[in-house]
Amino acid sequence: MKEPTDIGMNRTGIGTSPIDSKELIEAAEGTVPSSEGDESGIASLRMSYASESGIVGTMPPPSSVKGAVKSVLEGLAAKNPAVFLDKLAERLQFERTGTRMYESVLAKLDALGSYDGGPTRETLQEFHDEELEHFHVLRSALESMGADPTALTPSADIAAVEASGLIQVLNDPRTTLPQTLHALLVAELTDSEGWDMLIELATSLGHEAMADDFRDAMRAEEKHLAHVRQWVANHAMQDAEGRLGQAA
Amino acid sequence: MSLDLTKEKGVAIDAQEDFTWRDMVREPISKLNDDAFTRLRIILMNGIEMEANRFQHAFARMNDPMRAELAKVRRIETHQQVLVNWLLPADQSPLETTIAYEQVAIEVTASLALLEPDPYIAQVLRFGLLEDFDHLYRYSALMDRLEGKDANAILQSYTDVLPGRPTVVEHRYPTDDLREHYDRTTAAPITKLVSLTIMSGEQQTQNYYQNIGPLFADPVARLLYAEIAHIEEQHVTQYEAIIDPNETWMEKWLLHECTEVWNYLACMEQESNARLKAIWERMVAYELGHLNHVMDLFRRVENRDPFEIIPTSLPERIKYMSHRDYVRQVLKNEVHLRSVGTQFVPVNQVPPDSPSIAYNRQINSDGSPSQTVAAGYVYTPGSELVKKAA
Repeated sequence: MKEPTDIGMNRTGIGTSPIDSKELIEAAEGTVPSSEGDESGIASLRMSYASESGIVGTMPPPSSVKGAVKSVLEGLAAKNPAVFLDKLAERLQFERTGTRMYESVLAKLDALGSYDGGPTRETLQEFHDEELEHFHVLRSALESMGADPTALTPSADIAAVEASGLIQVLNDPRTTLPQTLHALLVAELTDSEGWDMLIELATSLGHEAMADDFRDAMRAEEKHLAHVRQWVANHAMQDAEGRLGQAA
Repeated sequence: MSLDLTKEKGVAIDAQEDFTWRDMVREPISKLNDDAFTRLRIILMNGIEMEANRFQHAFARMNDPMRAELAKVRRIETHQQVLVNWLLPADQSPLETTIAYEQVAIEVTASLALLEPDPYIAQVLRFGLLEDFDHLYRYSALMDRLEGKDANAILQSYTDVLPGRPTVVEHRYPTDDLREHYDRTTAAPITKLVSLTIMSGEQQTQNYYQNIGPLFADPVARLLYAEIAHIEEQHVTQYEAIIDPNETWMEKWLLHECTEVWNYLACMEQESNARLKAIWERMVAYELGHLNHVMDLFRRVENRDPFEIIPTSLPERIKYMSHRDYVRQVLKNEVHLRSVGTQFVPVNQVPPDSPSIAYNRQINSDGSPSQTVAAGYVYTPGSELVKKAA
């Protein structure tokens, strides 16, 4: 099978067609724009809309009496306890999507095989199961605080928009395993940062048991990150050195 | 609220050329905080405006003397469509918007079926309803299994996520999607408004799926959109067929404008978002202006009273509410129905030589995306992953 780094018929660069590109460049150089100015007009419009627009949404009200009481109690430790719930929900959305992401990578590996220094099915399955486990940890955390774990909070919503490009890369039948692993690397980098912040928030709010659970999750996520980073690097190095062999 | 169409003049069309780009491109609704029915109203009205636009183009292509009048009104309809459709927010993904489209197809169709006095047309609506109901279930499974998202964040618990008439059996031979049409001379005015509304809604759904299907990288999603867009084409065929093709072009234009007034009025009366309510109010006034303009043209061109075609006051409106009990009842009583030509029969009475049997077998012969995507799927709040042990 061809590798994306094989030389082929990519036509996107200006150098592909020296004769036509010369015409294109010469005509463009003679352009008189129909309006004066630069990109600052675009920035002005964005600023105008940003100053007039509301926000994507807000947090839901507590879904139970327990939640309402918790909110009051939390309020003693933090001015806005909803911040912690929003961040828990963000992580939950990400772990749930992360579980689906690993399912996509597993299908890719089953279809195309791995490479020397690449992932094994067992390792990917282990990481998938850990993402699922983290999803459950977060559900329990939200429920223990009387919050509705199915609510799509503002941070969860934005995280889903951020992840949408990754899902596209992971599920495109034309992407290679290393390309999907690069998308996974973006996800794991974000995930690692997210858990770090959750641990800080849980600790500062006095949720010690929760912080301990999150440290366990963080250790697993650090392992994921280290592995995915290595898999991506291994492939790039082998490809660059012409050492890409048979599938592992 | 009752509107006397013999007196309400709305805003004259010359005064409707007051749009600017900033006026049309406004702050969208909140996916998280606005009521699901606000989203549904935006989606349906986009479909109504889309149909107004497409109809007026078709009219212009076949009627030289009307081209100038159509061009003027059509331009305003286009601006209205932008104003309405751009109210959808960008954090609402194409798949989430799809979930909302299917919710429109369930809740609005249920309301239309309940409003419809002609028993055959009501039956046609219920037949389509059970198919769209199944599409919601398939897309919800896709959303959970592809993106790890809960469709109920869009549905807000107003609508069930259950199998309906399975999508895999919905693929029929084209002539089995044709239906009897109402009689333009005897049909109740509401029948004409209901028919145009459902046809517009389904048409925009087909357009939407045909356009966004290739935006997905996932082959399962691409296949599912291909499959369900195919059913939406069947639904457009079905709902187009119930409209009397003997209506004159001018009759049809009058009915289109009347349908727009009727629909915007329903939005205005039931809107919970004050900002949108003001938009709906403006649109009612504009559409009344269009209607009066077309009534004048009708008098001039056909030398007839427009109230031979449209009612003097608008009938009962679409109800933007959950129709859970009604939909469950229809599901229980009618999921086994199939169409043979223009008639509906229980599945065990479909003749063995029905062209739809061979058609269905062929199109599903290398697999059914809708069956694959929802294999074993049971809607669970927060994703089916909730039930899976780590």
